[in-house]
Amino acid sequence: MNKILQSTELAIACVLLLAMVLIGLVNPAFWGFDNLFSLAKSNVVIGIMALGVLLVMISGGIDVSFPAFAVAALYIVVRAMVALHYDGVFLPFVAAALIGLVLGAFNALIIERFRMIPLIVTLGTASITRGLLLGLLGSSIVNINKMPKELIAFGKHDLVTVEAANGATYGLTAMVLVYLGLGLAMHLMLRHTMIGRSVYAYGTDPEAARRAGFNTRRTIWFVYCTAGMLAGFAGMLHTSMIWQANPRDFQGLELDVIAAVVLGGASIFGGRGSVLGTLIGVFMLVMVKNSLILLKVDTTWQRVVVGLIIVAATAITAWRDRKKLA
Amino acid sequence: MSEYLIELNNIGKRFGGVRALDGVSLAIRPGEIHCLAGENGSGKSTIIKVISGIYTPEEGEIRIDGHPVGRLDPIKAVGHGIQVIYQDFSLFSNLTVAENLALNTYLLEGRRHMDWARAHRMAREVLSRLGVSIDPDAEVGSLATSGRQIVAIARAILAKARLIIMDEPTTALTRHEVDALFAITRDLQAQGIAVLFVSHKMREMLEISERLTVFRNGRKVAEGMMRDFDEAAITRAMTGLELTDEPYRPAPPTAPAVLETRGLGVPGAVEGVDLVLRPGEIVGISGLIGSGRTELARALFGMEPAMRGTILLNGAPVHPRSVQEAIALGIAYVPEDRLTEGLFLPQSIERNLTVSILDRLRRGLFLDRSALRQRTDAMFSAMQIAAPSAETPVGHLSGGNAQRVMLGRWLLTGARVLILNGPTVGVDVGSKATIHRIIRDLALREGLAVLMISDDVPELVTNCNRIHVMHRGRFVAELTGADMSETRINDTLKTLT
Amino acid sequence: MTSQTPTRPLIQRLLGRDAAVAQLIVITLLIFAVMTALNPDKFLRYYNFESISYIMPELGILSIAMMIAMLTGGIDLSVVGIANLAAIVAGLYFRLPAVQEAVAAGATGMVFHTVAAVLIALLVGLAAGAVNGILIARLRIIPILATLGTGQVFAGLALVLTGGPAIVGFPQTWAWIGTGKILGLATPLWVLVVVAVLVAILLARTVLGVNLMLIGTNPRAALFAGIRSGRMILYSYMLTGVLSAIAGVLLSGRTNSAKADFGASYLLQAVLIAVLGGTNPAGGKGRVTGVLLALVALMLLSSGLQIMRMSNFLIDAVWGGFLVIVIAINYLRSQK
Repeated sequence: MNKILQSTELAIACVLLLAMVLIGLVNPAFWGFDNLFSLAKSNVVIGIMALGVLLVMISGGIDVSFPAFAVAALYIVVRAMVALHYDGVFLPFVAAALIGLVLGAFNALIIERFRMIPLIVTLGTASITRGLLLGLLGSSIVNINKMPKELIAFGKHDLVTVEAANGATYGLTAMVLVYLGLGLAMHLMLRHTMIGRSVYAYGTDPEAARRAGFNTRRTIWFVYCTAGMLAGFAGMLHTSMIWQANPRDFQGLELDVIAAVVLGGASIFGGRGSVLGTLIGVFMLVMVKNSLILLKVDTTWQRVVVGLIIVAATAITAWRDRKKLA
Repeated sequence: MSEYLIELNNIGKRFGGVRALDGVSLAIRPGEIHCLAGENGSGKSTIIKVISGIYTPEEGEIRIDGHPVGRLDPIKAVGHGIQVIYQDFSLFSNLTVAENLALNTYLLEGRRHMDWARAHRMAREVLSRLGVSIDPDAEVGSLATSGRQIVAIARAILAKARLIIMDEPTTALTRHEVDALFAITRDLQAQGIAVLFVSHKMREMLEISERLTVFRNGRKVAEGMMRDFDEAAITRAMTGLELTDEPYRPAPPTAPAVLETRGLGVPGAVEGVDLVLRPGEIVGISGLIGSGRTELARALFGMEPAMRGTILLNGAPVHPRSVQEAIALGIAYVPEDRLTEGLFLPQSIERNLTVSILDRLRRGLFLDRSALRQRTDAMFSAMQIAAPSAETPVGHLSGGNAQRVMLGRWLLTGARVLILNGPTVGVDVGSKATIHRIIRDLALREGLAVLMISDDVPELVTNCNRIHVMHRGRFVAELTGADMSETRINDTLKTLT
Repeated sequence: MTSQTPTRPLIQRLLGRDAAVAQLIVITLLIFAVMTALNPDKFLRYYNFESISYIMPELGILSIAMMIAMLTGGIDLSVVGIANLAAIVAGLYFRLPAVQEAVAAGATGMVFHTVAAVLIALLVGLAAGAVNGILIARLRIIPILATLGTGQVFAGLALVLTGGPAIVGFPQTWAWIGTGKILGLATPLWVLVVVAVLVAILLARTVLGVNLMLIGTNPRAALFAGIRSGRMILYSYMLTGVLSAIAGVLLSGRTNSAKADFGASYLLQAVLIAVLGGTNPAGGKGRVTGVLLALVALMLLSSGLQIMRMSNFLIDAVWGGFLVIVIAINYLRSQK
């Protein structure tokens, strides 16, 4: 498996490099620190969500509820902080992750208990979550004036700053470290723990996993709870990085994230996928979207491009999987 | 210490109204090679599931090492050293050999950490103990069937098996691989591990086993040392019939060939096959899985677009490039696995019968319902399908009746050439005779040309005019008339490597 | 022995021997009774049912389209994208100077160009469906991902074509499709009835319909039985595309405008109604009758809740909850 995964990742990385060179040729501004730093920043939130989706896809499922969970977690927590006049960082993040976890557990319950196709279940839970959030908490945006200060300060941490010739400074957000740390944790979990291997085993063949003695129910719960938790956490990170809490955020984000994970070589049939591939897939998607502006393409074309990327990536993986079967 | 590793006494198990096991007993000594023989539906698979703790019997007692064990569950059974290797092996094709081997052990030990170094050590150790060279880093899905089987056996050994049950282990192996498997089996025996072979292949049972138990219709009908049995005695015990099934020996048809192939080839599977099928003739193909027999059938049925060579139908060259073209040419194929490849189980008998002629029963845009019903009714009675009505879902039918639906579907297409792959797999003994009679009738009365591919050598011998032995994609022997006997075919198969 | 296939009574044939349909009738009546009891004055008013009869058809047609995709074990997540794209292309057609002149010139021109615009919209739906079908049947991309991607492409193209804001300025005849009446009943309702009847006949009485059902039951067996699965699946997505375009025409007719992100919540609702109506998302099972009953049940529920002044957001949540409950009920029933 190692060899194949590595070759898949190598292929994606090559495509990525090629794309970077091409974009750089068209517009050298691509290689500027400001662009690269802002690219890195755009990776963080979508990347953390992608880690959750990766887990779900390896288990052979699909999840479209995580943007709803993320926005629920961030909005509930920020509204609660505002109402309670609480300011801080650690506790809010824990609370957001917990909210995500509870919502993920709801997915797990229905999927595991009622044996329903994950796509339809998560469509339902997403609709319930968004509906209740907007219906009960309202749809007003908590803007920068009302946002808890420490949360904003946390999101402003930079790793390095670079001063450009014109005197402007650009920083590389420290949140990149959080993202890469979570990626590493996920990689270690998937590769070196039995629960991680159970996800691959279940995604390859649920019946064989059961016979081998895996507690497959626990695997499903683990997968959807972790995905929910990551979504909640990513939501909170998002709010601290953009200094506002908007309950209508993340509409349609599930498509971008799923596209990134598929681009990263994960198979929707389960049993295949890696953290490294996903990180590259996320970077590729974010880069292409961001670079459309550099390439002087009208922003209205963004959705078309993302759609085409999904179609192309899935066509390639479908072709790869079919060749493997033959 | 008891004489027996495991004893099952007077086990009874029911499913709804059906008695799957009726007071059967089975005893296995430590380190013995025991064979459990029986036709499909004899209760073989049920008893495996009882031993491995998946089913709880309603009656009877299970003793392990002389002590009654009460209710057995899968975890307990594994704890007692019982390991089952199913036909599909239950391996993870996406994972490496080393991981497949280590997972069970780690799970048994309740580990949380995946120790790759130890997994590799374990894999190398157990594979060398079995005397095979398989790369522990290879993905299991990339191995051949025999390799996967060895991984499954190695996994059982690592689980500290004292009894390994192998369900039809030789089905997909070449003769050479069967010999290797037997060598491994004797090795296991030398290490004190008992092996229970569950099989219906007599030749192999006689070769490897020390003791034999035969089941029929949920009962034990024979038991004893292997040396006290010969093939005829085992067959008698398995089928309950003297082999009085009159062999089908009509005068060799003289009519010109309806189907002929010249140098037929499928890349990587079939090479240079010359086949002649005359109306009224049943031609058998014997060969192992992987011998190219299925690919040959698929090529004739338009499913191998890369096919080379010539197919002549009534003397004219044809080249079926799709299933639809093959059907239009009057070629029909009943696949190996009826449940997954043949039938639409939740759908009605009518839909299953008429699926391949829907295009012909159209009036303008719409289906001609009265014509549909008329064809269905005619075939329903002609094939003597036992069901309340043609609206009954096929899933409710017995194996024999389901196979009749398959045959009926192709008769409705007006097929002139009928290719059967394993025509009586999973069919009970009574229905088997009826299906054979129907097939012979189709050949004799309707003048169909039948190509019968089967694992079941006696089936070929009793039903065919001629038999081709196929190996590595080629026809290696043709047997006719008096030459056609089980012994001859088995001897031929044995010489192949 | 001969088979006995007596003609069953009409009512039984319409409803099928499906427990799901009986269950749906009970649910529908229950919702009706509860809503009547809760809002005795407002719920039973003619006006309420009339407004339902204008809103319901778009969603109903999308749900039928979703059911057709599900028959072969697929799904079409691009239906809303197709609907909007079709309506927008029709809207752009009316902006052509030549067309505008003709429409302004008189009734004949207006009717002629409305018919032409409808045909163009349907053609857009057909083409979009064909794209889905080719990706799924020929390139073998699994339907979820293929239609997820094309849904983005169609919605994106709609955005590119409009640049963002809604297209307005449809002629009166176009508005009539969404708001007019024929024989005292809403035009859209007539469209829904015609579509439902045609699809029901298609599924029961044509080679395509029977084949789709068989492919959904067992795709491998379909291959060995000589069904042209690829072609049939392609046709089914083309049909889904055309139905989506019809829904798009009704939607833009009713609102007299067309926009790239109209009706986003319809996607979930169409899936919900198809599943609630007894369609098996794994393929092989689905009935128009079931879908229509599920549609009526949910429309009654929504309108009842609206009368009770529940916010639209909460109604969305109720629909999602309904989906989960239906999944649970179906599971429990299958366990019996």
